[in-house]
Amino acid sequence: MLQVAQLECRRGDRLLFSGLDFEVGPGTLLHVRGRNGSGKTTLLRTLCGLYTADHGEVHWRGKSIRALGEDYRRDLLYFGHLNGIKGDLTGVENLRLAATLDGDKADTRTVWAALARIGLAGFEDIPTRMLSQGQKKRTALARLILSRAPLWILDEPFTALDTDAVDLLQLLIADQVAGGGLVVLTTHQEVPLTSGQACHLDLGR
Amino acid sequence: MFKVFWSVLHRDLLLAMRRRTDVLTTLFFFLIVVSLFPLGVGTETAVLRILGPGVVWVAALLASMLALERLFAADFEDGTLEQLLLTDQPLVLLVLAKITAHWLLTGLPLVLMAPLVGMQYHLTDPAIGIMMAALLLGTPVLSLIGAIGAALTLGLRGGGILLSLLILPLYIPVLVYGAGAVELAAVELTATRPYLMLLAAFLLSSLILAPLASAAALRISIE
Repeated sequence: MLQVAQLECRRGDRLLFSGLDFEVGPGTLLHVRGRNGSGKTTLLRTLCGLYTADHGEVHWRGKSIRALGEDYRRDLLYFGHLNGIKGDLTGVENLRLAATLDGDKADTRTVWAALARIGLAGFEDIPTRMLSQGQKKRTALARLILSRAPLWILDEPFTALDTDAVDLLQLLIADQVAGGGLVVLTTHQEVPLTSGQACHLDLGR
Repeated sequence: MFKVFWSVLHRDLLLAMRRRTDVLTTLFFFLIVVSLFPLGVGTETAVLRILGPGVVWVAALLASMLALERLFAADFEDGTLEQLLLTDQPLVLLVLAKITAHWLLTGLPLVLMAPLVGMQYHLTDPAIGIMMAALLLGTPVLSLIGAIGAALTLGLRGGGILLSLLILPLYIPVLVYGAGAVELAAVELTATRPYLMLLAAFLLSSLILAPLASAAALRISIE
């Protein structure tokens, strides 16, 4: 489903990786590993199409993601280092906006239910800048509950989360993989799967 | 598609309402700059009538410039910009929504304040009417062209100064015809028509080109 051919990325003069080839099918968790600075985030952003690779291409369902453009982005959910939420907006407003932009259901009941499930019941109406780091992250991750995108690209989704939230996130990822989705993530945590397969990709060796 | 345009527009207006000071600073800046000139050059009616149109337009350019820097920078810092770039909607549309919000917050209020400012310069009623019309056509052009510069300088150190250097020269046609229309209105009202038509032409062409250019510039800047 997601295929990478002869991918090469540089940041400035530094070569991060080159000649990277892999293909992952539906129902797979791709765990990208590597030391700090080995290019994990760059690879993930390249897979999203935010960075242009210096060489090589990324294909989705057999077509180049550049050519697919908006059709690719419809299938994609990216969660980066930055939470992508507005501090001046409440959890409900943030999540509703994110869901609308992702093309997911964004009615009041769905949004409140998603926030309750992620453990933010009682904090829905507070501007997110008043919340703790972990709660902000939870607000941002609530998008995953509403998402119908088959491809999730998650960059260090577990940082700043407490054990309850980690468990829930692991469950969400396992559900996504079990449902035939594809998850690409970087983390220093193991994610147990209920079904589907897990692959590893080691960068910077 | 319209729903996404509306939700981005609504979001930006809502954020501005939560941070009213940002919006008010721009408007007070405009008012103060415009009010300083009569204090400086004296209250001679003839002098003020000549100065008025130019001063109002220059102040409008600078006021519009002030808020431009934050147009994409705030979204860039908290990661919402990359989320906007990754939606399945055309980026041009989302950029246009952000520009519309910028104009509603910084351009439209200037149009509405124009009569107040015009009185300070002893402008005649028809001249004030023309000034409002010219600002109504001209200020959206400022927001549209400014967005290209804001997108290009995104994430750069000292981007604010660079932004002014890039964008202010591009504002010149709007300044010339905008101020020209108001000056002419004092002499011959019907003669202002071609000036307003030209401003409308600027508006239409920048409405088509500027969002495309800003969207392309954003994709480059985010890399």
